[in-house]
Amino acid sequence: MQVQTHVDIHSEWGIVAARQAGRKLAREIGFGSVDQARITTAISELARNIYLYANKGQIYIEEVVNSGKRGIKIVAKDQGPGIKDIRKVMEDGYTTSGGLGAGLPGVKRLMDEFTIDSELNNGTTITSVKWLR
Amino acid sequence: MNSAIRNTILENKETIIDKWLSEIAKFKNDNQLQSITDTTYENTNREFVDKLFTTVQNGHQENVDEGLVLFTERLIQLGWPLNYITRGLQEFRKITVDTLSKQEEAGDNSYSIEVYKEIEDWIDRIVNVLVNEYSGSWENTVFLQKMALKELSAPLIPVFDKISVMPLVGTIDTERAKLIMENLLEGVIEHRAQVVLIDITGVPVVDTMVAHHIIQASEAVRLVGAQCILVGIRPEIAQTIVNLGIDLSNFPTKSSLKKGMESALELTKREIVDLED
Repeated sequence: MQVQTHVDIHSEWGIVAARQAGRKLAREIGFGSVDQARITTAISELARNIYLYANKGQIYIEEVVNSGKRGIKIVAKDQGPGIKDIRKVMEDGYTTSGGLGAGLPGVKRLMDEFTIDSELNNGTTITSVKWLR
Repeated sequence: MNSAIRNTILENKETIIDKWLSEIAKFKNDNQLQSITDTTYENTNREFVDKLFTTVQNGHQENVDEGLVLFTERLIQLGWPLNYITRGLQEFRKITVDTLSKQEEAGDNSYSIEVYKEIEDWIDRIVNVLVNEYSGSWENTVFLQKMALKELSAPLIPVFDKISVMPLVGTIDTERAKLIMENLLEGVIEHRAQVVLIDITGVPVVDTMVAHHIIQASEAVRLVGAQCILVGIRPEIAQTIVNLGIDLSNFPTKSSLKKGMESALELTKREIVDLED
C-alpha cells in the first residue's frame, strides 16, 4: 500500500510542516540535495499559495512508481476562490498579492510534471511530480 | 453540594477510594506515565483522592479547593499529562455514582437523578478549573518561547566600523520578515553601517516569498544610504533561485561570509593585512 502524507495548511506553520514532510520523503526516495531543495521549495510555494489565497487547504505528498521509475508526487488542494485565468498565472511576474509572481511558473520549472485544475469559486488542485533520475 | 448527598459520599469514603485506586492503577500504562515509578504513582493517586475528599468535606459551592489547585500546579510542573487529571475525575464520578446508586434510597428514581446531577455539577466545576490551570500554563510556555524566538530571530551585529552582519537561521515567516526589515534599518542607522551582510547559510528554503522579503529589505537599506550583500548562498539554493526565475541581478551576492566580508572591506576602502614581525 502506498503511504501518503497529508498536511493541513491553515497557518504559516503548516507550510513548514509540509516542507519538512516533503524533504523527509524526498530523502527516503533517494533524491540528491539539489532535488531535495527543489522539491521543498516547490512545496513551500504551493503551500504558501494555499495559505495566501484560500486560507486553508491540504498538501498530499506520496511516492509514485511508473514503469520502474520512482518519483514524488505533491498534490495541493484547496476549496478557495479558484484561479480566474490560468494562462496568466503561469506567466512570470504576474501577481495579485504584490509578490514576485514567480511562484507557479517557478514550481513548474522546479518539478517534472505539473497540472492545474481550477474552478472559479470552487477551489484549485495542483498536481506535480518529480522523477528520480 | 446537598449535605445529605455529601454525607452519603463521606460514609462510603473507603469503598470509593479503594475502587478508584484500583481503576486508576489500570490506566497507568496507556498514558505517558510509564517513566514514573510505581511508588510515586501510588502516592500521587492517594494524594489526589485525598484532595478530592477534602473538597467534598469542605463542600464549597463556588470555589474549588485551594489544595486541589496547588496539587494540579505541582503536577503541571512535573509534566504529568492533563489526561491523568481528567480521567481521574471521570473515574471518580463514575464510581461515586455507582456506589451511591447501590444505596437503599436508590429505589427512588428522582433521588438518583438528583444525586447524579449534584455530582456532575461538582465534578464539572473542578474539571473547568483544572483544565484552565493547565491551558494557562501551556499558553504561558508558548508565549515565553515566542519571546525567546523573537529575541533570536534577527540580530544585527556590528563587526567592523561601518560593517554589520545579520545572520539568519531557520524558517522566515511573515512576522520574522517584518522584524528583519525593522532591525536592519534601525541597526544601520544606529551603527552607522555602510555595508550590511545578510547571511542566509542557515535558511533551509528560499522560496519566492523569502526572496521577495530579502529584496525589499535590501531596497529599504539602500534608501537609508547603505548597501546589502547577500552571502551564504548554498549551491542547491542557487539552483532553486534560478529555477524559480528570481531576479537578483541588481543585488550583490557572495558564496560565503568570508568573501562577503572581503568585498565589504573593499567597499569601505580598507583591507586586512598581516603584521610583520
